[in-house]
Amino acid sequence: MSNRPFTHLDALESESIHIMREVAAECANPVLLFSGGKDSIVLLRLAEKAFRPGRFPFPLMHIDTEHNFPEVIDFRNHRAKELGERLIVRSMEDSIKKGRVVLRSETQSRNAFQSVTLLDAIAEFSFDACIGGARRDEEKARAKERIFSFRDEFGQWDPKNQRPELWDLYNTRTHPGENIRVFPISNWTELDVWEYIAREKLEVPSIYFAHEREVIRRDAGLLPVSHLVQPKAGEKSERVTVRFRTVGDMSCTCPVASNAATVGDIIAETAMTRITERGATRMDDQTSDASMELRKKEGYF
Amino acid sequence: MSEIEKIPLDQTELLRFITAGSVDDGKSTLIGRMLHDSKSIFEDQLSSITNTTRKRGMEGVDLSLLTDGLQAEREQGITIDVAYRYFATPKRKFIIADTPGHEQYTRNMVTGASTANLAVILIDARKGVLTQSRRHTYLASLVGIPHLVVAVNKMDLVDYSQSIFDEICKDFAVFAEQLDLHHVDFIPMSALKGDMVVERGEYLDWYKGTTLMDLLENISITNDVNRDDFRFPVQWVCRPQTKELHDFRGYMGRIESGSVCVGDAVTVLPSGLNSRIKEIVLYEGNVDDAAAPQSVTLTIEDHLDISRGDVLVKTGDLPLVTKEFDAMLCWLSEQPLDPGRKYLIKHTTRIVKAVVSRIDYRVDVNTMNHEPIQTLKMNDIAHVGIKVQQPLVCDDYQRNRSMGCFIVIDESSNNTVAAGMIGSSVS
Repeated sequence: MSNRPFTHLDALESESIHIMREVAAECANPVLLFSGGKDSIVLLRLAEKAFRPGRFPFPLMHIDTEHNFPEVIDFRNHRAKELGERLIVRSMEDSIKKGRVVLRSETQSRNAFQSVTLLDAIAEFSFDACIGGARRDEEKARAKERIFSFRDEFGQWDPKNQRPELWDLYNTRTHPGENIRVFPISNWTELDVWEYIAREKLEVPSIYFAHEREVIRRDAGLLPVSHLVQPKAGEKSERVTVRFRTVGDMSCTCPVASNAATVGDIIAETAMTRITERGATRMDDQTSDASMELRKKEGYF
Repeated sequence: MSEIEKIPLDQTELLRFITAGSVDDGKSTLIGRMLHDSKSIFEDQLSSITNTTRKRGMEGVDLSLLTDGLQAEREQGITIDVAYRYFATPKRKFIIADTPGHEQYTRNMVTGASTANLAVILIDARKGVLTQSRRHTYLASLVGIPHLVVAVNKMDLVDYSQSIFDEICKDFAVFAEQLDLHHVDFIPMSALKGDMVVERGEYLDWYKGTTLMDLLENISITNDVNRDDFRFPVQWVCRPQTKELHDFRGYMGRIESGSVCVGDAVTVLPSGLNSRIKEIVLYEGNVDDAAAPQSVTLTIEDHLDISRGDVLVKTGDLPLVTKEFDAMLCWLSEQPLDPGRKYLIKHTTRIVKAVVSRIDYRVDVNTMNHEPIQTLKMNDIAHVGIKVQQPLVCDDYQRNRSMGCFIVIDESSNNTVAAGMIGSSVS
């Protein structure tokens, strides 16, 4: 043990475990947001390392857009069961039924509306801290966000008014109604996440690996054909070998052409890749240069 | 060895650094250059900044745009906060804390510097060592950054003159003598042209040292953490109370400094009770020893009352346990210090009530002169006396960063209002 070098993954892991334990100790009622995606899969392993042989001092929660890939939902349920931890699912469908979310059309992307369901769930359970798998390398607005990031009563993020975060002394105090979003893997990159998945031999949903899929070429990307996405006039679908780099809303998450069949292949591909994760796979982030910043200000994760 | 340790891992270390300098020194260009030349810029980012460069009526690619963050900043052409950047080479992973250089500099730089292994101080070769270079260097030394690199930038604008570079190094050395700096390197460069950042370039043949990237990849950071004094602040007590683990009581936390072995005699502070380490528990299984900065779970031989905020140390190597101490305080809040008012201090895993009982002097960060003052305003750095309601288990900051640092929290606003470093040896 003592002869083994302390690698960057060891350093990142230890920092993340430290953050999780601080949340557990200082927040009254935290929750861990688990979507079945690779970043939250890493969070669960970090929680195991932080709290086993004990139970997690928080439940898991998924805000389900009901536009998720079925493989990811199966994986989510299977993993929560395997861990023996409590999984709360709150569905955007309920927010739509209650009239809290009004969509222009059934097939519209639901990413931007997740915040409504999330804020309702936070209020329902009185959660004071939500642990999430966001990383600073994902996007410009994230690069400026603290590890412990505060939201006011309306769930809003104020980038100009963030608490200074020094050393690893986290100030977790909140006023009633306020909420903290905690990002234990803030300092991890996409490559770090895959290297960790390889090192820890973590299982991930099958759609991360290369598979044949019916897709449409639209704008510069590939869109997966589903009940939400059908070819428009003049478009035709084709079968292509693809994989997903992120697993979000089916109507706006684009796969990339890839033959990567193993985690090792994905690492090699990620190390070589010339396009950012969100740039390649999220239609909703390409709308404007500041899309993520605007959504975050409105309470998006 | 467990299964996991047998996997051939890349052996890359993590280095955190900060770049200090104003926009005019070419700081954003330098960061952009490092990202660009280490091939860490993605095509979509490059096309986005190429468009912006064109929109602003300029030609080519303005690499400084890469570090622009938020819409508000882009519109106003300013940077408002600390931003973190990531890049990697086959040897190391890097985290850059990028802090803007305007009037709130002290606050932002102290924040970015607090976790850094290394600081790059940028100096404009045409201007030499300026007041702000002194300020940046003073702050780096105050926060105890182990390695300092003085990057003499814009060498292309002084004809790559060796004598100008030598003169700047000499000036810097004279003033740096007053400070407690551990290790300083000087590198001439042009971030704009790419000389001596990642590539050596063609015009600096007289310089025999390494490029900046070479230095960042190879400088030894093993001893940046205190390896001598075992300190383990308890974060969380694990009591599963299941059938198999009915009596299991694990103390969870991160080893802040030093190392520990099974069987070591330990003292629990502040109570002063003694015991021995029974097990070092990791998720992968138990191990015989562990060292900073690992996060571990410890069990001990005796049944003692230990909770969050207590610190386990080796019995022969005790830290300070005190309710009164001297500190350097850096005030971060727009709301000035209210002397006589009670604040909260968070130090390791302990939160206590505190008052600033004495303000000795303020340090003028430009001249390093001491000045008498009555209170502290944002960006002030002062030597103070502090009294706390419950004792803190601490070390002098310059000896042990993580056991000597603390933050001050305003109980009514819940804001972090100051950062502190324990010990009178900092001045």
